[in-house]
Amino acid sequence: MGVNRRKFLKIAGVSTLGVAAKPAADALAIEWLDKKLGGFTVPETLYHLFHKPEGFTPGEALIAKRWAMVVNMKQMDEEIAQACIDACHRVHNVPEIDNPKHEIKWMWHDDYEHVFPGQQHEHIDENSKKLPFLVMCNHCYNPPCCRVCPTKATFKRKSDGIVMMDMHRCIGCRFCMAACPFGARSFNWIIPWPRAEEGGLVRGFEGKEPPTPEYPTRVKGVVEKCNFCAERLAKGKIPACVEACQELCKKKGKEPALVFGDLEDPDSEVRQVLRSNYTIRRKPELGSNPNVYYIV
Amino acid sequence: MYDGGKIIAGIIIGLALLTFPIWYTSGRAAPKPEVKLPVKEKECVQPGPYMKKKHMQVLDLWRDSVVRVQQRSYVAFNGKEYDMSLQNTCMSADCHAKKSEFCDRCHNYTGVVPYCWDCHIPPKEKPEEKH
Repeated sequence: MGVNRRKFLKIAGVSTLGVAAKPAADALAIEWLDKKLGGFTVPETLYHLFHKPEGFTPGEALIAKRWAMVVNMKQMDEEIAQACIDACHRVHNVPEIDNPKHEIKWMWHDDYEHVFPGQQHEHIDENSKKLPFLVMCNHCYNPPCCRVCPTKATFKRKSDGIVMMDMHRCIGCRFCMAACPFGARSFNWIIPWPRAEEGGLVRGFEGKEPPTPEYPTRVKGVVEKCNFCAERLAKGKIPACVEACQELCKKKGKEPALVFGDLEDPDSEVRQVLRSNYTIRRKPELGSNPNVYYIV
Repeated sequence: MYDGGKIIAGIIIGLALLTFPIWYTSGRAAPKPEVKLPVKEKECVQPGPYMKKKHMQVLDLWRDSVVRVQQRSYVAFNGKEYDMSLQNTCMSADCHAKKSEFCDRCHNYTGVVPYCWDCHIPPKEKPEEKH
């Protein structure tokens, strides 16, 4: 039995409607649908229907609507910046690679003129010229990296606004690196932690071992970046850099140079700091709406 | 048919060579892989037969839950709660502490090479116990 013209047109019409439903809903900005789907696309929703995650958020987890960080440059110095970077890179098994073309960084420091290129002028004050501005992923409210990712390996987490990387999905196309205006992403050009093989089987590591065996390493060909310590937040701990920074600042008798908290909560520490200080953000003119603020 | 004898002989030899793996091992199955089950923990997150069949789906669910929907606790069939983590829960010291005595046994037997361990760090094993 063949398909006659009438039946074919019916099927074609219904299929077109089905395919067009999600873009049409997006275009019309039907908020309730977006909320219903939890920020996921229709295929993703269907996937979740059949692959129901049976878990739940652990009780000890730190929960927020929108995580944000404030970097207080009035308290920052080289030593504190380095302590933050070391803590971050140790906790996340970020390899130390000497070749700058291959290097991986989740967090680093740079000069004022590179961090705030739009604000730079030749008569900038001496102090700002010398200060190590701590930079990392800005966890933008409107992340350009997530828009360009073809596999949704990088995505903004609906629950708390963290821009996450799903290493299982990353295909290493590096669109996100091109899209990120802050250079916050690093590509693994070489195997970050070479495995030692023996008789065709992987037997531990070759040479250096990753410092934190609880956290996975990465593989050659994926992009990585700061994840606002999502794995620590789930355990009820603040990000490693903030923890290291606050410890060191306390030792030095300074106010904490890094403050972390919920931007949506008017009583949170970040909101209090933002209320009482003048803050700037990196490249706000691009409209990505960064969630990392700087007190200069 | 020219050279019929040679052709038929060739076909027979060819077929014999092709089917060599089948008749050579017929009646003698390779020894079944034996996984070493943990001594301390008696129950997994799901019943054993289910895990045998479906551990890959369970792990797939886990990774999606953890990375994408921020749900890191799993309620096992017996009501116990587990942190969804291949590296820190499945391979913890009380459970499958040795990759070579658990994962590798079946995976090597069936020629399956999952890429879990390209990134995840298997628990350390002493060199002499590796084989």
